[in-house]
Formats: sequence, structure tokens, C-alpha cells
Amino acid sequence: MTDLTTRAWLLSDAPQTRRQARLGAFYQGWLTFKANRLAMFGLVILILLLLMAAFAPWIAPQNPVAQNLAERLKPPSSAHWLGTDSLGRDILSRLIHGSRVTLFIVGTVALIAPVIGLFVGTVAGFAGGWVDQVLMRITDIFLAFPKLILALAFVAALGPGIGNAVLALAITSWPPYARLARAETLTIRNADYIAAARLQGAGPLRLLIGHIWPLCISSLIVRVALDMAGIILSAAGLGFLGLGAQPPMPEWGAMISDGRTYILDFWWVAAMPGMAIFIVSLAFNLLGDGLRDVLDPKGAKE
Amino acid sequence: MTDTLLSVSNLRVSFPTRSGVFEAVRGVSFDLGRERLGVVGESGSGKSMTGRAILGLVRPPGKVTAGRLELNGQSILNLPEKQMRAIRGSRISMVMQDPKFSLNPVMTVGQQIMESYRLHSGQSGRAAREKALGMLHAVQIRDPERVFDAYPHEVSGGMGQRIMIAMMLAPDPQILIADEPTSALDVSVRNEVLRIMDKLVSDRGMGLIFISHDLNLVAQFCDRVLIMYAGRVVEELAAKDLHNARHPYTRGLLESLPRLDHAVERLSVLERQDGWRDEIRPNGA
Amino acid sequence: MLKVEDLNVWFGDHHERVHAVRSASFTVGTGESFGLVGESGSGKSTILRAITGLFGSWSGLVEVAGQRVSGRHRSRAFHKAVQMVFQDPYASLHPRHSVDRVLSETLHLQGMDQIDARITRLLDSVGLGRGFRFRYPHQLSGGQRQRVAIARALAAEPRLLLLDEPTSALDVSVQAEILNLLSDLRKERGLTFVMVSHDLSVVAHMCDRLAVMRGGEVVEQMQAATLRSGDAQTGYARDLLAASSSYRRETTPDPAA
Repeated sequence: MTDLTTRAWLLSDAPQTRRQARLGAFYQGWLTFKANRLAMFGLVILILLLLMAAFAPWIAPQNPVAQNLAERLKPPSSAHWLGTDSLGRDILSRLIHGSRVTLFIVGTVALIAPVIGLFVGTVAGFAGGWVDQVLMRITDIFLAFPKLILALAFVAALGPGIGNAVLALAITSWPPYARLARAETLTIRNADYIAAARLQGAGPLRLLIGHIWPLCISSLIVRVALDMAGIILSAAGLGFLGLGAQPPMPEWGAMISDGRTYILDFWWVAAMPGMAIFIVSLAFNLLGDGLRDVLDPKGAKE
Repeated sequence: MTDTLLSVSNLRVSFPTRSGVFEAVRGVSFDLGRERLGVVGESGSGKSMTGRAILGLVRPPGKVTAGRLELNGQSILNLPEKQMRAIRGSRISMVMQDPKFSLNPVMTVGQQIMESYRLHSGQSGRAAREKALGMLHAVQIRDPERVFDAYPHEVSGGMGQRIMIAMMLAPDPQILIADEPTSALDVSVRNEVLRIMDKLVSDRGMGLIFISHDLNLVAQFCDRVLIMYAGRVVEELAAKDLHNARHPYTRGLLESLPRLDHAVERLSVLERQDGWRDEIRPNGA
Repeated sequence: MLKVEDLNVWFGDHHERVHAVRSASFTVGTGESFGLVGESGSGKSTILRAITGLFGSWSGLVEVAGQRVSGRHRSRAFHKAVQMVFQDPYASLHPRHSVDRVLSETLHLQGMDQIDARITRLLDSVGLGRGFRFRYPHQLSGGQRQRVAIARALAAEPRLLLLDEPTSALDVSVQAEILNLLSDLRKERGLTFVMVSHDLSVVAHMCDRLAVMRGGEVVEQMQAATLRSGDAQTGYARDLLAASSSYRRETTPDPAA
């Protein structure tokens, strides 16, 4: 009974308080999201990944960096569920600890890149004129290089390491967000509700932050979720090339790189981290799809 | 009226929503002969959905059911898309509200009319071209040759709507469904477009379903009027009797209009009654 | 209250300049209700946008309450004195802002105090009631949205209200409600209206005087009574009147056919 009334309270068309209105809007979104089974599947995987990262030391059966040369390159067995690598380290434990690295990379890039993109794009679109020209030409310069090559150049200049790899990825992945945010801003800029706010004397900063950002952010979130897979792969690529995480840090890309030498005889060394990257990338894509249903209804159905 | 072109009984369109099934059309019945039938109602009354349902244009998850939906005695209810496409255009055509969204922006006007004609008649290119020019002439476009080679963005709104009519009437359909065909047009252009449509419909003996929110326009333009409210027909009467309508909803709509011929201090406001949603039609067909 | 003299508005740059309004002049007295009618593209809405500074490219004289305005910039006092209601209630409310947010932001911008009490009063005055305070635009009907837009325009307690086709996107029964609301508000608050519309009967109902526009020019100015009696001076105004009042069918239906 209380369940029913809570639901009615949330779905009410006439909310009585600010809090009810907010929660109601949120609940509506959740219902739309929940209707997408695949997106829910993605969400569950990502929650598991989060838990795995949070409790890594307790979940991992063995020390991820402890070498045991007697046990090197053992196939999956009851002692080592996913086998061992060339230094006899337990691959499962390394994967579990590696999820922390992956989440760190993805999280940081996802925080930095869209924020830069949102700022550059909305300012360019809203100001127009020469500001727009300058900002968008800078964006074009970044877009003119392949992302990984540019990231490589940055890492080469800054020195290898996980921090620099993240920085390089963030710096190279904002331009698409800037483009997207600018395009959105251009359609919003001349809307009547912006004109109405201007007539109340709202200044450009208020219009930008209070009126334009909320409308751009939702499409950016969707885009970020869909790009996550790409970011993971780029990070893994840098790791694979030896420019990301440095040994013995258990980063998934670097693990594949390690397994490359033995790929024909000991397939599991490269395949297991590959599998992990695949599953997490897929989960982010599914989540992004679901988020699009919720945040960007015009793009989803009809 | 004379022979029945289209017969509809108990037409229902429903959409599943989070809070249950929403019925956009709830049991609409009418017969259409060679006449101008007006369908009037406010937004959300189900008038446009009725037109779409007849043409099989209700998208899933929307569901269409009917006791009968017959074109010349042949059932066209929920036909497979392929068969429906053959009927749409060649036997029943539809003119939408805004020509800007109905014309393909990257094809010339002439190509579009020719294509719609050839698709349904299987005629050669030359015959189609002549037909297209003839149609442009029929909708009183002064320089058909020039318009034939123009792109949709190069023509005005009124011209665009005339082109739409030309395109829709090229395959000689038996029924034309016009959904607010003049709402996006200025009054002077509106009358011209109406006159053209009127003439074509009567010359060819077509049946016209004219969907509009404008009571006065429908009263002047149509033969018979259905007034819809909340997905149902609440009143049906001859257009000339519209101003003697009996249903309080129809009366309320008429009285809420500001009038040029005499001034009033306040406009009367329509008081909606819950009973209108489900009452039995007093003069039901 | 409002004086417009020799107003020119144009789009585009030197070479491909398109004149939307050409030397339009009219004055609106305090407490008067003035209509601007014409077909689409006649420049009637553009005049409102030039007055409010939403358009910058114009020349001529615009005076509001004796204060001359120029370019795009408008003073705080202008925003307090002049407000506008837009045509499409679906486009004039921010889709992610609740009614509460819209009104409180407006009141804040206008430097009002007692925002909470004022919101309740505003909602009451446009006939919405406080139950609507925390709704989002998608939870409102077209008429309700337009009431919110009117409440927003009234928040600053302006003296001049510019109405850009305020009911053309609404059903006729809702139109009657909104027009009645606007008449009541005008009476209560002694507002001055400038109303743009393509619907002559709406303008005749709402306005004392009106200007007929065509192709960016004011063709004729007349009293609403003149419009009703059909005694327009110029041919264009008479044609417009004739076209709006009725559609005459040329072919008669033949029941035997």
C-alpha cells in the first residue's frame, strides 16, 4: 500500500513542493530507463565493476604483483581461475585490481573532457562573431589529428605514466563535445524562452549557466557514456604501447601487451584482460543508449 | 448522400502509456460519400488521429481497431503496409498542415509530382511530365514550367500548399483527407487554396474529409460537419445548420469566438462537462 | 506611453539587406490598447522585437514613457516598464525550469522582495492557483503555459505589455479564457497593450485602435469601430477584412451528383 502511494506521489502531475517535483522528474526518468532491459544490464555490470574496484583487496584471491615463477603461464584451473601470466601472477587478481585503474582513467577523463567541451562550445555558440571563430578553429586543429596519435605526442612530451596518459586523453577528447555543445547552443540561443529571460534583464553569464547549460548537459552526458568505451580502449592502447600505466601496475591494456608475446601458446594471458575491456566497454555503450532514452527523448523514439 | 466511398464504424485508436491505455479515438462512426465532410474539434479531440487511422498511419505502439473500415466495400483495416501503400496516394490522399515538412527539400517540385503519379499509375516519364504540368496548371499556378523546376524552398507557403494538393491529386484518388490544410497560410492565400481544393473535389466527384479547428471556415466550406470531443463525435449536422447547433460543446465553441460584427465586453467561456465524454449522441447516425 | 517614429528594421548586411519594416510610425497613449495587424512577413512582430531590443539593426525613434531607447541595450527601468508575451507557449518556457523557478528567477532579476508571497499572488492573478507552482512545462496545457508566460511578464509590474499573437497557438475556447484574462488584468492594473495579431476579430475585440501593416509598412491606422463597420480607407485593408470574414464557395454542391 505504501508502495503504491509513494509511486502516485512521485508520478503526481501536481507536485506540492520543490522536492516532490525534482524527485518526480527523476523517477519518471528512472522508469523510462528501467524499461530498457539492455541498459539495465549495462548498469548492473557497471555497478558490479564499481563494487569490484571498491573491495578489490578483499575480493582478489592473491596479491596482484606477487611473482611466482614456478607457476608461470599456467592455464585456468581451480587454483588460478583465469590462469597466470609470464611472471606467475594470478590474472584474476590483476584484473580485479586493474578495475581501479580503469575506473580512475575513465572517471577522470569523463570529468575533464566534457567540461572543457561544454565551456568552449557554449561560449562559442552563445557569443558568436570572432569569439566563435577563434574557439572553433582551435577545436578544428585538435580534430585534425587522430586522437591516439595526439595523445601519444602528449605522453611522449610529458613522459609516460598513468597520470599523464589521463591528461593526454582528456586534452584530446574534448573537441567533439565542444562541437556538440555549440550546435545545441545555436538552436537554443534564439528560443523565445531565452528572449523572455533577456527581457527580464538577465545577463549573458546567467543565460549561459542557468538556461543554456542545463539543456546542453543532457546530450553531453549521453555522448560521454557512449564514448566511454572509446576512452577505455584508448587508455588500453596507451598501456599497450607502454606509454600508460607502468609495470607492475595491473592495467588492462598493459596486461594485453604483456600477453602478446605468448599469444599463440598461452592465449589466456592476453584474452582475459581483453575480455574485461570488452565487457566494460559494452556495458558503457548499453548504459549510454538507455540514458539517451531518458535525457534526449527526441533522438530515441519516433 | 449518394454512394458511400468510405464507411467507418466504431473506430478506436489507443496508445499504451505508463498510467494505462490512452484512447485517442473512442468509437467514431461515419460514412463518406462524394461530399465535403468537415471534422472539427479542439486539439486532443482525436480529429487528426481519425484521419491518420483511416490511412493506416498510426505508428506502433498505437493500436487501431474498428467495427468496420471499408473503402468501396473493401476492408482496409490494419492491412499490411505494402497493400496500404498502394491504397495511400492512389485511392486516398492526404494533405498535411505545413507544406514545408511534407515536400522533399532536395527534389524539384516537378519530380515529386511525377514520382507520386508514376508510382501509382505506372505511366511513362513523358506522360507523367504532362500530367504534372497539367496538375500545376489545375491548382492555378501561373507559370507551371518554372515551378516545375523549382525546389520547395524557392516557393512560398501558399504555393507550397497548392503544390502539395497537385501532388496528392495527381493519381486521381477517390478520397482526399486534408488535415488543417490552411492553418499555416495567410487569409488571402487561404481562400485561394480552399477555392482550388473545392473546385477539384467537386469536378472529380471526390470525397473530402476536411479536418480543422476553425468552426466558421468549416461551416462555410463543407456540406456536413462532425464535431469531435475527447475522441468521440458529439454532434453531427449539416454545415448550414452549424449555427443552430444543439450540443452545448458546439454552442460553447461558437460563442467563445470573438466576432467582428458586434462587440462584446467579455467572451463567453466554455464550461466543460464531464458528461460530454461518454454521453450517447442525441442525433446519432 | 509608446512613441514609434520612422522606424526601419533590416536583416543582413549591406549587400543583401532585407527591410522588414519601413518607416513605421505610431503612438500609443497610456492605458490604451493598440493593435498591429497584417499577414505573415508584414513586419508586425519585428516591430515588437526592435522595441524590446531583441533586434539591434534598426533606425528611427522609439520612446517608452518619454525615454528614448537605442540599439540593443535596454536599461533596468525599461525591463521593469515593458514586458512581452510570446506567441508560442510551447517555445517561450524553458523546458527544464519549473513554474516556481521561472517566476522566482524573474522576480529576483527584477529586484523584488518577498519572492515567495509574490509568486503565490502572481499565480492567483493569472488564475492558476498555487497547485501549479512546482510543475514543469510538460505538465501544463497550452493555455496554462500561456498563463505562466503572462505571470512572468507581470512579475515586474510593467506598465506596457507587448503581446505577440498571444492566442494564435491556442484552441478557441482557451483563447477566450486568455483574452478575458488579459482584459481583466488591463483593467485592474491600468496596463497599456500593444497587440500583434493576424486575426482581425481578436484585435477588434481587444484593441481601441489599430494599424494595418503590409510588406513592412503601416498602410492605415484606424479605430476598432471602423474595423467593425468595414469602413477602411485603403483597398488593402478592405481586402484583408473581406478575406478574414468569410470564405465564399463558388461551386454549389449538387445533391444529385
